[in-house]
Amino acid sequence: MLERYVEAASTYASDIDGLILLITVLVGFWFILSEAVFFGFIFRYRRKEGVKADYITGEEKEYSRWIHWPHYLIIVCDIFIIYGAVSVWYNVKQNLPPAEQRVRVIAQQWAWSFVQPGPDGKLDTADDIKTVDELHIKANTLYHYHLEARDVLHSFSVPVFRLKQDAVPGRVITGWFKATKTGAYDIQCAEICGIGHGVMAGRIIIDTPEQHMAWMAEHSPQTLAWAVGE
Amino acid sequence: MAHTITETTHAAPHHEETFWSKYVFPLDHKRIAMQYIFTGMAMAVVGGLMSYVFRMQLAFPGMDVPGFGLVSPADYNFLVTSHGTIMIFWVAMPVLIAGFGNFLIPLMVGCDDMVFPRVNRLSYQIFFLSTVVLLASFFVEGGGFGGAWTAYPPLSAKGAYSMTPLGSTLWLVAVALEFTAFLLGGINFVTTAMNSRAPGMKMFDIPIVVWMIVIASILFMASVGPLIAGAIMLFMDQQVGTAFYDPDRGGDPLLWQHLFWFFGHPEVYVVLLPAIGITADVMTVFARKKLFAYRTVLYTAFATGVLSFFVWAHHQFVAGIDPRMANIFTVTTVLISIPIAEMCFVYIATLYRGSIELATPMLWALGFIATFLVGGVTGLYLGASGADIYFHDTYFVLAHFHYTFFPIAIIGVFAGITFWYPKMFGRMLNETLGKIHFWGTIIPFNLIFIPLFVLGLGGQHRRIYNYNHFPELAGADFQNLRVFATVSLLVMLLFQLVFIWNFFVSFWRGKPAGKNPWNANTLEWTVPSPPPHGNFAELPTVYRGPYEYSTPGRDDDFWPQDAPN
Amino acid sequence: MDRPIATTRTAAGLPTGRLAIWWVIVSEIFIFGGLLASYIMHRLAKDAWAGHAEHTNLYAGSFNTLVLLTSSLSAVLAHKAAEENNGPKAAKLLGLTMLGGVIFVTVKAFEWSAEISHGYTVLTNTFWSFYYTAAGLHACHVIAGVVIMGIIASAARKGQELQRVELIGIYWHFVDIIWIFLFPLLYIAR
Repeated sequence: MLERYVEAASTYASDIDGLILLITVLVGFWFILSEAVFFGFIFRYRRKEGVKADYITGEEKEYSRWIHWPHYLIIVCDIFIIYGAVSVWYNVKQNLPPAEQRVRVIAQQWAWSFVQPGPDGKLDTADDIKTVDELHIKANTLYHYHLEARDVLHSFSVPVFRLKQDAVPGRVITGWFKATKTGAYDIQCAEICGIGHGVMAGRIIIDTPEQHMAWMAEHSPQTLAWAVGE
Repeated sequence: MAHTITETTHAAPHHEETFWSKYVFPLDHKRIAMQYIFTGMAMAVVGGLMSYVFRMQLAFPGMDVPGFGLVSPADYNFLVTSHGTIMIFWVAMPVLIAGFGNFLIPLMVGCDDMVFPRVNRLSYQIFFLSTVVLLASFFVEGGGFGGAWTAYPPLSAKGAYSMTPLGSTLWLVAVALEFTAFLLGGINFVTTAMNSRAPGMKMFDIPIVVWMIVIASILFMASVGPLIAGAIMLFMDQQVGTAFYDPDRGGDPLLWQHLFWFFGHPEVYVVLLPAIGITADVMTVFARKKLFAYRTVLYTAFATGVLSFFVWAHHQFVAGIDPRMANIFTVTTVLISIPIAEMCFVYIATLYRGSIELATPMLWALGFIATFLVGGVTGLYLGASGADIYFHDTYFVLAHFHYTFFPIAIIGVFAGITFWYPKMFGRMLNETLGKIHFWGTIIPFNLIFIPLFVLGLGGQHRRIYNYNHFPELAGADFQNLRVFATVSLLVMLLFQLVFIWNFFVSFWRGKPAGKNPWNANTLEWTVPSPPPHGNFAELPTVYRGPYEYSTPGRDDDFWPQDAPN
Repeated sequence: MDRPIATTRTAAGLPTGRLAIWWVIVSEIFIFGGLLASYIMHRLAKDAWAGHAEHTNLYAGSFNTLVLLTSSLSAVLAHKAAEENNGPKAAKLLGLTMLGGVIFVTVKAFEWSAEISHGYTVLTNTFWSFYYTAAGLHACHVIAGVVIMGIIASAARKGQELQRVELIGIYWHFVDIIWIFLFPLLYIAR
C-alpha cells in the first residue's frame, strides 16, 4: 500500500508495510462499518411527521449486546495489531543483528556528516572517508549506524528504509539497516532543530560493491592526499 | 448538621454595576464565560490566519504571501509553533472548558453562580495576562519562539540554538500562566458541580457535558503538575544557565519529553471530553432520544481518563527511550482505543430509532462523530510502535491530530455555540446561514486533511518550510496535493465570515429565543434567555435525569428535569 | 452574620472550602512530585550525587524541619481555637505559625548565603540546580503561606471567617509534608 507513494529499499520495509496493511484492514473494517451504520441511522431515522422516537435506556440486553459484542471483537483485533506491532518493533529496534559494516551518522545544526569505512573495511581507522550530506553504502550489506547529535535533537530518517531514529546530544545510538536496492534516496531530519531544519536534506547513495569500491578509491584520504600532491 | 444548599451558594448582593464591574471585572459566571469565549474566538482568528500564511508558503514556496510578505524559514517555524500553541491552549481550552464550563455548570446544576466567584474572576485575569504575554512574545527582539509547541530542549533551552532567547522565555511564561489560570478555574467547576446541585439532582442526573468538564478538569489538574515542574526547570536553563536538560553538563533532554508528554497525552482528553459532552447534549435534543447507556458513557470517560496517564511515551517511540519500554506503551495505547470506541458506539446507538432533526447544532454534533472517527482510527497506526517508526514526524501524524483536534476545537465548539447561543444572547441564529457555514466548513476541512494523509504516507516530514529541497517530496503530484490543501483552507477560512456575520447580526436582529426554543430538558432552558443575574428566581427541584425524551405515556416528547410531573 | 466553622454540608457531603483547598494541594503535589521524581531519576543514575549531598547543611536542615513541625502544631491548635469560636486565640496561634515560617525562611537565607560563598551555586552542577530549585519552590510556598495566613489571622482576630483557619492549616500541613520529603532527599541521602 505504501509502495504506491514511496519505494521500499530495506529488508524490514516490507515488514513495516505489512503491519500498516494489517492495521488498515482491521481498522478499515470497523471504520467503514461505524460510518455506514452512523449515516444509515441518520437517514433511516430522520424526522417524519407523526413518528415518535423510541424510549431506549441502553441498559436493555437486546440493545446493549450491540455494544458489548463489537467491544469484544475490537479487543481481539487490537491483540492482532499489538502482536504485529511488537514483532516488527522487536525486529527493527530491539534486535541488533551482527554488523557486516558500520557507519557513523552525525547530525548538527544544519547538516549531516557521515564517517564511512575506507578501503580497509573498518570504521574508526585512518582511512575512513568523511562526507557531508551524502552517505555512501553498499546494497545487501547489514550496516550498523552509530548516530550522534552535536547540539540539539535531530532525527535520522530514511523513508525508503522506513527507518527513523532520533539523534540525542550526549549519546551514541546504534541501529541497523540492510539495503535491498541500489539508488540514491532522501535522508531527512525528522526532529525540528532550529531555523535550518528545512534545509537539512541528505542523500543516501546505495551502490553495488563494485560501484562502492570505485567511490572509495576516489574519495579515500590517501587518494585525496595524492590529488593534492603530498 | 446538614444545611440546605441555598446557604452554600453565593448569592451576590445586588449592587450598582458600572461598565468596569460589568464587562471588565465581572464576578458573574456568565460574563466570565463570555470573556473566555470571546478571547478564545479572537485567538482562533489569529491561529487561523497563521495557518493561512504557512500553508500559502507550502503551496507557493518563496512567493510573497498577501498580507504577510515573504516567509523565511524562521518565520515558518514561528508560525507553526504559534499555531499549535494557540489552538490548543488559547482556543480549545478556554472556549470548551472555561467558556462552556463557566456558562453552563451553574445553570445546569441549578444554582446562582460558581462557588468562588472571585477565584473565577482571578482565573480569567491570569488567562488574559497569559494571552498578552504570548502575543507580546511575537514582537520581541529575535522574534517569537519557533521550536514547536512541544518545545524540546536543548533547542528550547538555549538561545544560541533557537535564536529566539527572549521569545522562548516569554512563550514559556505565557504557557505557565495559562496553566495556572486553568488550575484555578478547575476549583470552581469541580466544587460547584459536586456541591451546589439543586435538591433532587443525584450524580446520575447531571448532564453529561457537566460531567465531562469536571472529569477534564481533574485530568488537567493531575497531569499538568509535572510539566509545571519541567517548565520551571526549562526556565532555569533558559535564564539562569542551569543544565537540567543539557547533556554536556549532566542533564537529560529526554527528561523534558517525559514530563511534557505525561501532561500532553491526558491533555488531548482534557479537550476531547467537553467536546464529546456537548455532542451528547446536542444529539439527545435533536434526536428526541434518551442518551444510550448514560452510565457506560461515564465509565468510558473515566476509563479513558485513567488510561490516558499510561500511554504518554507513544510520542517518544523513536526518541531514544529504551526500546523495551516501547512495547509497554504500544499495548496501553492500542488498548485506550477501546473505551473511546465504545463511547462512539454508544453515541451512534443514541440515534437508533430516534427522530432526527438536522438543525444546525445537530449537523455540527453529527459532523463531530463522523470526523472524530477518522482521527480515532488513524491513531492506531501511530500507537503501533512498528508502524510509528515510519509515521513519526510525518504529515500522517498531523492529519491524525487534525482529525481529532479540529472536531474538538472547531466542530464541537460550533455545536455548542449554535446550540446555546439562544440561551446566551436571547436570540436565534439564522438557520440558513448556519447550514451554509456548516457545509462550507466541514467539506473543505476534509479536503485539506485527506491530501495531508496521502503526503504522510509518502513520507513527508513535518515542520519543513519548503519541500523542494527533498527530491522524493518535490514532485508535481505531491506539490499538487499541497496546493489543493491550501486552496481548501482558503475556502474554509472564507466561510467563517458567514459565521461571524450570523453571530453579530443575529445578536441585534435575530428572532427572540424565549426560554426553551429547542424543547430541551436541562435546567438552563427553564430560565429566561439570557439568564438574569442569579439565574433562578426560585431554587429548582430536580425530579429526573436530563435525557427523558419521548418518554412513553406522555404527550410531550420531552420532560424537563424540574417538572414535578 | 456568623458563619459556621468549616462550611456546611452540601450535595456531595463535602464542605466546599475544604474541597477547594484539597484541589490546590493535590495539584501542588503533582508539581512537586514531578520535580522530585525527576530528581530521583537523576540521583539513581548518578553515584556522584551522594558526594554532592554531603555538602548540604544537615544542621540547618534539621533545625528547619523542627521549626516547621512545631509550626504545624500551632496551626492545629489555631484550628481548635477557631472551632471553639475563639477568634483572637486562633489569630495568636496563627501568628506563632507565621513566626515559624519566617524563621524557616531566615535560616534558609543564611544557609544559602553560606553555601553560595563556599562556591555551591545553582550553576555548580545539576545536583545543586535541583537543590536550589526544589527548596526554592518550597520556600516560595512557605512565604505565600505566611502572607495568606496573615490575612486570615487579621480577620480571625475580629472573629470573622473563622472557617478559613482550618483551610490555611491544611495548606500549612502540606507545606510541612513537602519539606519532610525534601529534607531526606536533599540532605540525608548521602
